[in-house]
Amino acid sequence: MNCKRRVFLKGTLAAGTVGVAVGAGLLTPSTVLASARDAFQAESVSDALRVAMGSANHSSGNLVVRAPELAENGAVVPISVESDLAGVSDVAILAAAANHPLTSSYKLSPGTKANISTRIKMGQTSEIVAVAKVDGQLYSASQEVRVTVGGCGG
Amino acid sequence: MSSIRVRAQLRDGVTNVRALISHPMETGQRRDNSGNVVEAHYITEVVAEMGSRHIMTANWGPAISRNPYLSFEFEGANTGETLKLSWVDNKGEQDSTEVRIG
Repeated sequence: MNCKRRVFLKGTLAAGTVGVAVGAGLLTPSTVLASARDAFQAESVSDALRVAMGSANHSSGNLVVRAPELAENGAVVPISVESDLAGVSDVAILAAAANHPLTSSYKLSPGTKANISTRIKMGQTSEIVAVAKVDGQLYSASQEVRVTVGGCGG
Repeated sequence: MSSIRVRAQLRDGVTNVRALISHPMETGQRRDNSGNVVEAHYITEVVAEMGSRHIMTANWGPAISRNPYLSFEFEGANTGETLKLSWVDNKGEQDSTEVRIG
């Protein structure tokens, strides 16, 4: 079931945006609402962004991602995203080298700032990509984190 | 006792929220000492709200660390107001707590 859904998603993404699929009546609104979870199944940064943020076109700048350059313990890697951008509606944090890059995404209401910190697990050295969405535009920042001991296998 | 420890501090009109949640955040990839795969068990969603005002929803995957930490900031709250934080995991377990903004 899950596997089929992934194939289906890839098909619709290849054909255009999920929005186009909705327009063509291929997806019901409830399927679109489930996309927040589906984004975690995506196997590349651009696929994850298309599902989670509606687009994969992002320009760097306007936000900062803070992460350690060297993580001695991959099980606990602190990540912070900071931005002065007003009106950010969504933030996503991705580990580009992971099998499923999306670590987390955040829906912000008006008045909530694009300043978020969390801690993630990393199994290998990877670029950490943070993306913020303002009025449909995506802004990104990235930083490489070198991992000496992976944190996914426990 | 709640699984959530949270502080919400107001300074210059901005409320800074810092939360720690007790949760195993099992990825479903780890094996225990006898070699059996440990079932995936992780928080999928954390919601912050003040009464009917939605502040933030975090969608999490299994890549978030064990005993998750989360901080965020928002405007427009007053001292003494109550912020509610709740989570739900992939097994349908859930918990919530309330904190007074100080």
